[in-house]
Amino acid sequence: MEKTLIEICNLLAIVAIVGILFLKTKGRGILTIGIITLQVIINTVVALSVFANGPVEYFYPGSFVTGAIPVRIDYLSAWFILVISFTFLTGAWYGIQYMKKYIEQSDNLALHAVAFLLLYTSLIDICLVQNSIVLLVIWEIMALSSFVVIIFEHYKSTTLKAGINFLIQSHVCILLLTIAFMWVKVKTGTFDFNAISSFSTTQTKITGFALFILFFTGFAIKAGFVPFHTWLPLAHPAAPAHISGIMSGVIIKIGIYGILRVLMLIKTDMVTVGYFILFVSLITGLYGVMLAIVQHNLKKLLAYHSIENIGIIGIGIGLGCLGLGYNNQLLVLAGFGGALLHVLNHSLFKSLLFFSAGNVYQAKHMMNIESLGGLIKRMPHTGYLFLIGSLAICGLPPFNGFISEFFLYNGLFHGLVSSNLQFILFLLFSILALVIIGGLALICFTKAFGIVFLGSPREEIHEEKNIEVPMRIWPMYLIVLLIMIIGLFPLIFNTYLLNVISLYGPGLNPQAKVHFGEILTQLSIVGWYSLGFVALVFLIYNLKLLITRRRIVNQDTTWGCAYTGQTGKLQYTASSFIRSYRKLAEPILSIKKKKEEAKGLYPGIIMQKTHALDKIETWLIDKPLLKVRKFLGSFVFLQNGNIQAYILYGFVFVGLALLLPSIIEKIVVIVKFLNQL
Amino acid sequence: MVSLLLILLMSLFFTGFIIRTKSILSGRKGPGIFQPMRDIFRLWKKGSVYSTTTSFIFQIAPSAYFASVLMAVLMVPHGRNPGFISFDGDFIMFAYILAFGKFLMIVSALDTGSSFEGMGASREALFSMLVEPAFFILLGSFALFTGQTSFHDIFSTLHYGSQVSYLLGALASFVLVLIAMIENSRMPLDDPKTHLELTMIHEVMILDNSGFDLGTILYTTNLKFAMYGAIISNFFIGVLPYEISIPMFFIIQLGFAIAVGVIESFMARFRMGHNPQFVFILTSVSLLIFFGVLLVLGKFA
Repeated sequence: MEKTLIEICNLLAIVAIVGILFLKTKGRGILTIGIITLQVIINTVVALSVFANGPVEYFYPGSFVTGAIPVRIDYLSAWFILVISFTFLTGAWYGIQYMKKYIEQSDNLALHAVAFLLLYTSLIDICLVQNSIVLLVIWEIMALSSFVVIIFEHYKSTTLKAGINFLIQSHVCILLLTIAFMWVKVKTGTFDFNAISSFSTTQTKITGFALFILFFTGFAIKAGFVPFHTWLPLAHPAAPAHISGIMSGVIIKIGIYGILRVLMLIKTDMVTVGYFILFVSLITGLYGVMLAIVQHNLKKLLAYHSIENIGIIGIGIGLGCLGLGYNNQLLVLAGFGGALLHVLNHSLFKSLLFFSAGNVYQAKHMMNIESLGGLIKRMPHTGYLFLIGSLAICGLPPFNGFISEFFLYNGLFHGLVSSNLQFILFLLFSILALVIIGGLALICFTKAFGIVFLGSPREEIHEEKNIEVPMRIWPMYLIVLLIMIIGLFPLIFNTYLLNVISLYGPGLNPQAKVHFGEILTQLSIVGWYSLGFVALVFLIYNLKLLITRRRIVNQDTTWGCAYTGQTGKLQYTASSFIRSYRKLAEPILSIKKKKEEAKGLYPGIIMQKTHALDKIETWLIDKPLLKVRKFLGSFVFLQNGNIQAYILYGFVFVGLALLLPSIIEKIVVIVKFLNQL
Repeated sequence: MVSLLLILLMSLFFTGFIIRTKSILSGRKGPGIFQPMRDIFRLWKKGSVYSTTTSFIFQIAPSAYFASVLMAVLMVPHGRNPGFISFDGDFIMFAYILAFGKFLMIVSALDTGSSFEGMGASREALFSMLVEPAFFILLGSFALFTGQTSFHDIFSTLHYGSQVSYLLGALASFVLVLIAMIENSRMPLDDPKTHLELTMIHEVMILDNSGFDLGTILYTTNLKFAMYGAIISNFFIGVLPYEISIPMFFIIQLGFAIAVGVIESFMARFRMGHNPQFVFILTSVSLLIFFGVLLVLGKFA
């Protein structure tokens, strides 16, 4: 049954793409959303049936190039299918309202719709297919279609630049994956993923680790691990809001899927792998959030937060690998469980935040945090939705972010009771990092929410009305519903999670089941107490209302130290809010400052500009590229635009091509002659 | 349950003790120990003024702040008697629940659109971020030392081993006293008696709160103090019977209050720019505790 359903799903995409040719703009939108919804339903059925009836495996004969094409839908695939499908459902329904603003760009919209359909279908297929060459082809389709959806506003030069950056980086990713896959193919003679297992078991630890590094680096570019994160902060602000949400929610997660898949297959020293992933993830998490705080562009801020969350997911994966290496079942459960749950959680709150940012963008045509303010009065839904997203992303109870972080903390604190000093120290640093990430996220989101939505407007900007139409808001409330359900009743996904985790390691023994039971009991306790906490907040608030019912309540302006004029411009700004943090972090980050102070009796305009640069991007990408360009630039005299010179090059080339063999022949003869002497 | 009642009782006159200590040390008679609580009751009876700039967040934040601290208080055990809420990893939820309250207070300060309150909010956000690692490493050390991961289990098994646990307890109290000072914005970080907005942290955040809300916030501060005092007392109570543990609880709390009063009388407030360095000390002291635990457990062998 699964086979037919998956085939129908792929066929639907093709039908829709052909159908788009024959329809008007409005019809295209309806068709796209209808097909996406249908596909989501089908895929959800497939995933749920896999969870209910066990993994599915079937083969297509394939061609003489590919060999047999195995399709295996196991629990890991099913989990990612569910995550991807939900985000695409809400993203598509939100997106169609978002795209209404561009209704006159008919052709552009059609291309966008086609790419959107291709993107969803290819993402699903990546989770299923286990033949490396077919996977690479689908991966390429995915990369190209995401490029097309990102550059929707291609008439803006920044968008196009970001898109090309994305295109190049995703092809570096494909290149690395191709090398890794071909290595396995050459050694084993098959494209089947299982070859990775059989190949790596026969190899030494170092070769196995090298193969893993190749895969990891390839997938890490997609996932956005530092130092391969540089495309994210460019691509996210450039793309339309629903694409940013989907990109942050699921496209980068396909990199995580790749890493998890390879970890399942590869047989190498898991301890080294675990320490490696943990180390990279700690840096990713900290670096992401440290840079997020100093951003002025709301979407760029959210993009850096995606990097941070990838770090948190990576910490979970690293812990899980260490658990496998040290044969610590509890750590396997807590690590992989936390990582998988965080994949889902992050896809929820991050898409919610991006959709809210999209509403702000369409109302104000502005993403600069410093110019906004007081939006919660004009856009209450967006404001409160952003608040919920912020609380969830900071990992605060009673929201879902806390559940996955609790999972990780659980593993970290239980792992401390070990005899290995190196391991304990690593866990200590992980706890430290996770705590600092949480604290920094709090600074970041109090800033983002507080400055954008609270207070009064900082600048007079024209504002568009009727952004919060019900059709646009309901997908966001759907996400909130899921966020709350996971936060308050964390057990709903436990059987799924246990199924996925059981794929790692040589089967979980009964003792592990007991451990998992313990974690789950704790989680359900956390859920109930979170519910209790919500009740307590409302109880106390209502108690206050009851007590102060008869009291006199007045309204007045904010206390301004006796200043009574307009205070919009006097408000605390985002830059000043994070100033003391910036001072602390300055040695690590590189922040460009430009200042003109007041001088003389009649000072002119004073200003201060700060711009945060990504140090890793500067050192790892910009500077080397500049060097290469300089080197290649020294040959620029060859390309002088002189027709005669070009003809000369042609002659030189033809002459060399013709003469070279005979010259070499002569040289060989001379050498031989000399040898005979 | 026992600890909840004790903490609530203690919260009524904790600040009174601090103020009394300070006035005696400065040669004044000073108000009675219930005076702060009387002030809070008076505030609870008053009407309030809300700024026209504010939204619903400003109205619910004080209640949520109080609820978060109350929820955290419910998790604190008393000796062998577990807190109202007790499970493995409860101290993680403890820290995150408190952070929830803090988040809302910070955004409610920004909600007023004031030119001062953002300043306090910014400082509060930064300092609480810097304090958090100290707390987690502290609890991590004790989790490592006892092999347990909940408040109650950690405290009840702490003293079964060697006498070193009392030394660790003393170091931990030092860290916790300072955490409590920072969390409640007292000297040497912040002076609650200052009247210049530029130098305040907590006080400047609540400039626009009035009436019932202001009373709630002030009471929450008292409750927070008593809560940290209760945690400190737990490091020494162990599993002693109530006849000894309850008097010990009050003695330790009073000692804590007097210590706060003495610190505030004899220390000047730090320059705001130097505060982060000071807060980092806490993390390093808790790292010291952690390595001490490793040493005691013989992990370095």
